[in-house]
Amino acid sequence: MIGVYLLGALAIAIILFISRNKIFVYSLAGLFLVLQSVFAIYSCFHYGSTEWIYFTYDSLGVILLITMSIVAIPALIHSYIYIENHQENAQARAIYLTSMVLLIMAISAGYLSNHIAVTWIFTEITTLSASALIYHHRNKLALEGTWKYVFICAISITFIFIGILFLSLSLQHAGSDDLSFKNLLARRTELNPVWLRMAFLFIFTGFTAKLGLVPMFTAGIDAKDKAPAPAGALLATVLMNLGFVGIFRFYIVIANTPLLHWAQLVVGTAAFLSIFVSTVYMLKVKNVKRMLAYSGIEHMGIVMLGVAAGGIGYYAAVLHIILHAFVKSSLFFQFNQLYRVFQDKSIYHIGNYFKYNATGAMVLLFGFISATAMPPSGLFVSEFLIFKSIFDAGQIALLIAVLLLLTLIIFAFGKNIFKILFIPAVGFDDSNIEKISPWESLSQFLFLAFAVYLGLNPPAIFVQMLKDSVSLLPM
Amino acid sequence: MIHVLLITFIITLFYMAIANRLMTYIKVLALQGVILFFVVFLQLSEINTLNLVLIMLETIVFKSLAVPLFLSHLLKRNNITREAEPFLPNFVSLVITTFIVVITILISNTIKDDNLDKIFFVVALSTLFFGLYLIATRRKIITHVMGYMVIENGVFVLSLAVGNEMPMLVNLGIMLDIFASVLILGIFLNKIGDVFKNVSVDQLSNLKDY
Repeated sequence: MIGVYLLGALAIAIILFISRNKIFVYSLAGLFLVLQSVFAIYSCFHYGSTEWIYFTYDSLGVILLITMSIVAIPALIHSYIYIENHQENAQARAIYLTSMVLLIMAISAGYLSNHIAVTWIFTEITTLSASALIYHHRNKLALEGTWKYVFICAISITFIFIGILFLSLSLQHAGSDDLSFKNLLARRTELNPVWLRMAFLFIFTGFTAKLGLVPMFTAGIDAKDKAPAPAGALLATVLMNLGFVGIFRFYIVIANTPLLHWAQLVVGTAAFLSIFVSTVYMLKVKNVKRMLAYSGIEHMGIVMLGVAAGGIGYYAAVLHIILHAFVKSSLFFQFNQLYRVFQDKSIYHIGNYFKYNATGAMVLLFGFISATAMPPSGLFVSEFLIFKSIFDAGQIALLIAVLLLLTLIIFAFGKNIFKILFIPAVGFDDSNIEKISPWESLSQFLFLAFAVYLGLNPPAIFVQMLKDSVSLLPM
Repeated sequence: MIHVLLITFIITLFYMAIANRLMTYIKVLALQGVILFFVVFLQLSEINTLNLVLIMLETIVFKSLAVPLFLSHLLKRNNITREAEPFLPNFVSLVITTFIVVITILISNTIKDDNLDKIFFVVALSTLFFGLYLIATRRKIITHVMGYMVIENGVFVLSLAVGNEMPMLVNLGIMLDIFASVLILGIFLNKIGDVFKNVSVDQLSNLKDY
């Protein structure tokens, strides 16, 4: 099936790239969604099996693949709305849809790969397709964003490759040349620790460009700002999850070696710095989209803190990235409607949103409550569990510092969101603003509700899969 | 013989650190490609012939012909001034490059590994850090790209160190080479040259938070 999926997606991408017929193109994009959903369902029924040597339907991969497939549906629907509203020409539409299909395909395959080099290859493909999406508007700022993204991603991909080379050196001591995660885990006692350390440093640094963590987070911010919002929703959620998969699968290996403590230190430091950096930027950011992107950095910092703390933190980290994917993508989908009303991204020029689009304003309000992990939100549960794991690990000082930083983030986030919702923008002419259909907010409501449901009352099978995905880690 | 070639490779880094003109950078990149061609020939004695020919073709055609020619074409087309415009004087560059090499030698001495020829490790790591240094201290975007090419050459050297046991990794490295170079050079440097007339990083600071 993975072969059918990859070839099918590739064929659809090529036809999308060539075709200029509007109805045909959109139905083809719909066909891709069907293929994606069928693939996700198929993966559930073939749980645990391996295809094409390099792809395994393991619990982490399957659960993220399902998340991806769910997020992809509204992403393409909102892309349709976006393209039709901007009256894009046929060529821009073709490039956009092709890149979306390739991006979704590469992320899905990256989730499922059981071999570090294969994950790396698909991460490369995501850089290519994401850069085409960021350059969608073809103006100076988009070019700047694209250039920065491409350059930083190219360097971080090189870093991952260096990490893989060090890993192969480490593996040579074990007399093996199979770089699959399973083999690495099986031979964990024979790996050379010096090379393993170097490998972890380089691979971790490389994947932070996708995950959005210190040190390589900068490129992602520009990318999410300049890409069209439906594409930005994918970049800010499922693509970050791909970075998480890359780090997490390797972390499972290193957590089973005596280097666990050292790795916790590395991951924990990067995670804390990410929360710190995102706090600093959140306090001064005035661009709505970039604010959402920085909030993503904060969430990834919390996730990696959970991973570093261990115990219940592993479970909570995986839960957190899934819930974050639904919450953050719905905020990005909503951004587009906000932009259509105000024609501006700056918070100074946006305000009193409740008056112009009450449904959309509700989405922003609920999205804010969810993203800041206030109680009804599902993220509250996962964040609470992560804090508990930090507490259990005995890092009280760290916990207090993180909580203080989060308070500042909630303050900054709330200040901006409530300005958007209630305080009128100075000099805004509301004589001919666009009326937006409430139906366009439906997917956002569903996602936010789904995140609450998954967090507060998770189905037993979901909990079981989460537990399976972290079962290889030492508790 | 391999050692002589790799030491020559390090010397090209020193030369690059004090070079003034962009054309010199491009020529050094081409020379590095030629050196890597011979290193591949001598080092990868155990892999099958077809793969060896492929790798050697990549070094000579891609690294020492295509990329340098394309870079010099870009220089001419965009009328980029021929000076490299470093932020730091050349003497400081030279000192820092020396530091980089000395530190990597010290690091390599702490590692005890019989499987690895240490000189590969030293050359690869110092090339990597030199490339990052080059990116950080030059003003033009095109020198950033050259710095990235230097990093890729360094990674290529490292992949040769394990090449006999895992030829797949060398091939992956080549894929990275071609993929990233085509992405960076082909699409964007062309576009950037069209949109920003004088290509300097100072023009790439318009994306702001407010």
